[in-house]
Amino acid sequence: MNFFFEVLIGGLLSGVMYALVALGFVLIFKASGVFNFAQGAMVYLAALSVVGCMEHGAPLWLAIILAFIIMTLFGIATEKFVLRKLVNQPPITLFMATIGLAFFIEGLAPMVFGSEPRALEIGIVDEPIEAILESANMVISKFDLVASGVAAVLVTVLALFFQYTRVGRALRAVADDHQAALSIGIPLQHIWAIVWGVAGFVALVAGMMWGARNGVQFALTFTALKALPVLILGGFTSVPGAIVGGLIIGASEKLAEIYIPPVMQSAFGGNFGGIEGWFPYVLALLFLLVRPEGLFGEKHIDRV
Amino acid sequence: MLYREAGQFKTTYAADQQLFPIRQDRLGVIALLAIGFVGVPLFASEYWFSAILIPFLVFSLAALGLNILTGYAGQLSLGSAAFMAVGAYAAYNFQLRVEGIPILVTFIMAGLTAAGVGILFGLPSLRIKGFYLAVATLAAQFFIVWCLTKFPWLSNNSSSGVISTQKMFIFGHEFDSPREKYLLVLSIVVFLSLAAKNMVRSSTGRAWMAVRDMDVAASVIGIRLMPTKLLAFAVSSFYCGVAGALYAFCYLGSVEPDGFSLELSFRILFMIIIGGVGSILGSYLGAAFILLLPIFLDIALPFFANLFGLPFSTATVSHIQVLVFGSLIMFFLIVEPHGLARLWQITKEKLRLWPFPH
Amino acid sequence: MTKIFKPAFAAAAVSLALFAQGATAAEEQFFPIIGYRVGPYGANGQSLFGGFIDYLSYVNLKEGGVNGVKMTWEECETEYNNAKGVECYERLKGKAKASAGPIHPLSTGISYALIEKASADKIPLAMVGYGRTDAVDGSVFPYAFPLVTTYQMQASAIVKFIKDKEKGNLAGKKVVFLYHDSAYGKEPILALEAESRLNKFDLVQIPVAHPGNEQGAQWLKIRQEKPDYVIFWGWGVMNQTAIKAAQKVGFPRDKMIGSWWAGSEEDTVSAGDAAKGYMSATFNVSGKAVPVVADIEKVVYGAGKGNLQDASKIGTILYNRGISMAILSVEAIRKAQEKYGKGKAMTGEQVRWGMENLNITEARLKQLGATNLLPEVKTTCDNHEGSGKVKIQQWDGSKWVAVSEWLEGNKGLIHPLFQASAKQYAKEKGITPRDCAKEK
Repeated sequence: MNFFFEVLIGGLLSGVMYALVALGFVLIFKASGVFNFAQGAMVYLAALSVVGCMEHGAPLWLAIILAFIIMTLFGIATEKFVLRKLVNQPPITLFMATIGLAFFIEGLAPMVFGSEPRALEIGIVDEPIEAILESANMVISKFDLVASGVAAVLVTVLALFFQYTRVGRALRAVADDHQAALSIGIPLQHIWAIVWGVAGFVALVAGMMWGARNGVQFALTFTALKALPVLILGGFTSVPGAIVGGLIIGASEKLAEIYIPPVMQSAFGGNFGGIEGWFPYVLALLFLLVRPEGLFGEKHIDRV
Repeated sequence: MLYREAGQFKTTYAADQQLFPIRQDRLGVIALLAIGFVGVPLFASEYWFSAILIPFLVFSLAALGLNILTGYAGQLSLGSAAFMAVGAYAAYNFQLRVEGIPILVTFIMAGLTAAGVGILFGLPSLRIKGFYLAVATLAAQFFIVWCLTKFPWLSNNSSSGVISTQKMFIFGHEFDSPREKYLLVLSIVVFLSLAAKNMVRSSTGRAWMAVRDMDVAASVIGIRLMPTKLLAFAVSSFYCGVAGALYAFCYLGSVEPDGFSLELSFRILFMIIIGGVGSILGSYLGAAFILLLPIFLDIALPFFANLFGLPFSTATVSHIQVLVFGSLIMFFLIVEPHGLARLWQITKEKLRLWPFPH
Repeated sequence: MTKIFKPAFAAAAVSLALFAQGATAAEEQFFPIIGYRVGPYGANGQSLFGGFIDYLSYVNLKEGGVNGVKMTWEECETEYNNAKGVECYERLKGKAKASAGPIHPLSTGISYALIEKASADKIPLAMVGYGRTDAVDGSVFPYAFPLVTTYQMQASAIVKFIKDKEKGNLAGKKVVFLYHDSAYGKEPILALEAESRLNKFDLVQIPVAHPGNEQGAQWLKIRQEKPDYVIFWGWGVMNQTAIKAAQKVGFPRDKMIGSWWAGSEEDTVSAGDAAKGYMSATFNVSGKAVPVVADIEKVVYGAGKGNLQDASKIGTILYNRGISMAILSVEAIRKAQEKYGKGKAMTGEQVRWGMENLNITEARLKQLGATNLLPEVKTTCDNHEGSGKVKIQQWDGSKWVAVSEWLEGNKGLIHPLFQASAKQYAKEKGITPRDCAKEK
């Protein structure tokens, strides 16, 4: 039983890491209806900017600020030079454009900052917490706890930003209805630029967490694949959905990896481990069959 | 002037309903086929056969399959590579386990197997739409590839999971030179393209388009959604499956499950979007574009770097290639969001008057 | 399709022109380099192909080529993608007609796709430490060379290392095999199973799904299993993640032994302090202490002809591995020239003979300045591997330190596995194996 809880908690904490990436998707989708596949690449770019600036002698805090500036400028440029020109195109075209954007980043970022994998030290060692290890014989990672703390702060900040600032309210208005927002004088394009900037910030946080965890390298772009099932589970448009979806996906995928392969092994023979690649997707798929718009997604009503 | 259809009167129903009602189109297609079947085999080099033409045809077929599903029936799928994998592994196993099965029958069976799997993964489309469906098709992508790695029976217990395809015989003749393989692939692709062209203008195709444009509306006017959507998944997977079998047998010769990755699915999706969603021609144009662009960049960039004496290292050139590839995709989408097929249409419009526009 | 038609003509004309040019120019040995410098494994490719090309430049600068034959090369980017690899191969193949150095695709998938093609085109395919391992049996695979050593022999050598550590007795011990769930990771399983039967240790196999950037569950399972050792077959991001995850569950890194693709600076530096004590197998050592590496830095980089963008990578494991691969290739050409005429460019067929008759002894390594860089290699028709030896190295926090002598895997146990597999391949493909007794 102890082991079960160990896996469960480890999974929940990993789920937070997925949710961090998923948040970026949600923000952009909510505000502009773009399914931004480049979010993974943006995570890579952000982490690489931090490491790159540090290599040029900047201390961590300065590197973070510089990376934030880079991400914001990048987000604004994306909005201005790519997405603004594609307004009113079908969603799939926008989606493709973001895949093109992902390629662009994957070529640009390592060209500027170098492609060799590097460590990102943010001062937290990824070790088990001794006290828990001794008293309950359970492994809980310090780092993952910190990551959850960061995620909690991030979500709170975003919530406050959306709730109480002028820009935040405008953002929500745009997310609700573009045309209505336009008609009451909200400058749509500024708002979109801001959203891309905020998504860049979220990517920066995710990039630092993932980079500190696994090293800063090209594979950070794959974090997007971990975020997609979270998205469909939680709904494309819901910030709390991303968090809850992340927790569910994280926990269930770890439990499944431990408990399902032995069952299959006894049924078919052979080794059936390594199901983490598809399990979250199948889980999300099954879930969608019950609720086609995700946990917190807006219910979609079709009118002829 | 060159492309004026004035004066071409249709006097019979047969003439009115033919595949290419405009004479110039007909001639153009015949000329292309003649070049494809006669001209190219006479002149193309081995490099062109095995590195450009065969993959171009194979990917066109896969893109055509995806275009039927996404372009005509409106169901976005990110799992095409997985259906190709099903086709490739099915073909391998039919050849291996069924004594004396003809290779063409193998390809058909491979397609049918993929179609079966496609229907299975198409079921959620009855409830899920849009990007939710797209992400759900990723389940197919990852699950199928995992299955192929995990059941050693499927790869004939090869310790690495890699399969190496069998030789191909048709009526006792072995197809092993690149030229012969090219002709085989070309014949299959031409046949299936004509079938697709016919299918999308039949009542089935019109039903698909109705579902694409709005499925609720389609069901109101009496189109049964379930068979229509599932048929689209089946036909699309059939095409992808055959493409996968050809990919394994005529192109690479040996494949591993990991080769059919998400990246390949994306490439196929790129092809239809750059080429033109909902256009048969677009599948070809897109495949050619996505296939040739990286090769072109690979050759052209070092050349330009040398020309201007730029101090680029090999790594930088490789990075620039990726960067330019991404930029060009964005550029094309901005310039012509409806794809290359649309550009061709515009050209045709212009050609009606050209060179005397007034 | 008219579009295709024209360039075909143009290409034909260009290749004709090139051919005419080639006939008059001085003797040159052409290397088709099918490599990668971008994508998920781009960083690894940069060091490795950097080393490879630097050694070729070094041969040109230092001794004016092999007996006066200059090395030339052309690179093509595969992004570690099989289809692109085939396109690159087809593109460079035309230029490799007159003379061809061995191709090193540095990707198991691409190697598999090229085996038949290369054999048909008579271009030797070198798979140094990867690729189709049963090609050790040269009677079935005349053009494929899994040189130096193979995954199976490596796994066996690692078991030997553990056994030595445990004072020659592994009975009742538990070993976890944690692997990348792909052709690469699955290849050693048969060998490890055979070893576990022979040495009576428990083997627990735990696969990790690609790309392996999340291993929480696997390591919790390892923690529960409490193994004595973890043998680890990772690649790319999976390596750092595993090292970090081991730290996360408190598994000692000095009980973790990686494969040679999980033991380079690229893997350990980015894992930070967590990597200290981590061990891996390798078939080449790191560092600039090897004379040839120091000399390359002096000669090639001194002349400003170095291939690396970042010269700090000189002396890293992968850079030195690239040099080792180049040494093997150049030595094969030298060997071929001895038979087919010194000072001439060698065709693929001739280089193939050279690769099959390599005999790089300790003395020869010393002449090359490569003592201890790689083990002695002696290939024959029925042994395309030629060595089967690895060293175990350990990361001390800043560099890799060799902690063992050259260890050879259990040949008697492993090689029959290759022969059985090669035999099955020959049967499937209708190949009549050569009679190795007649080859000389």
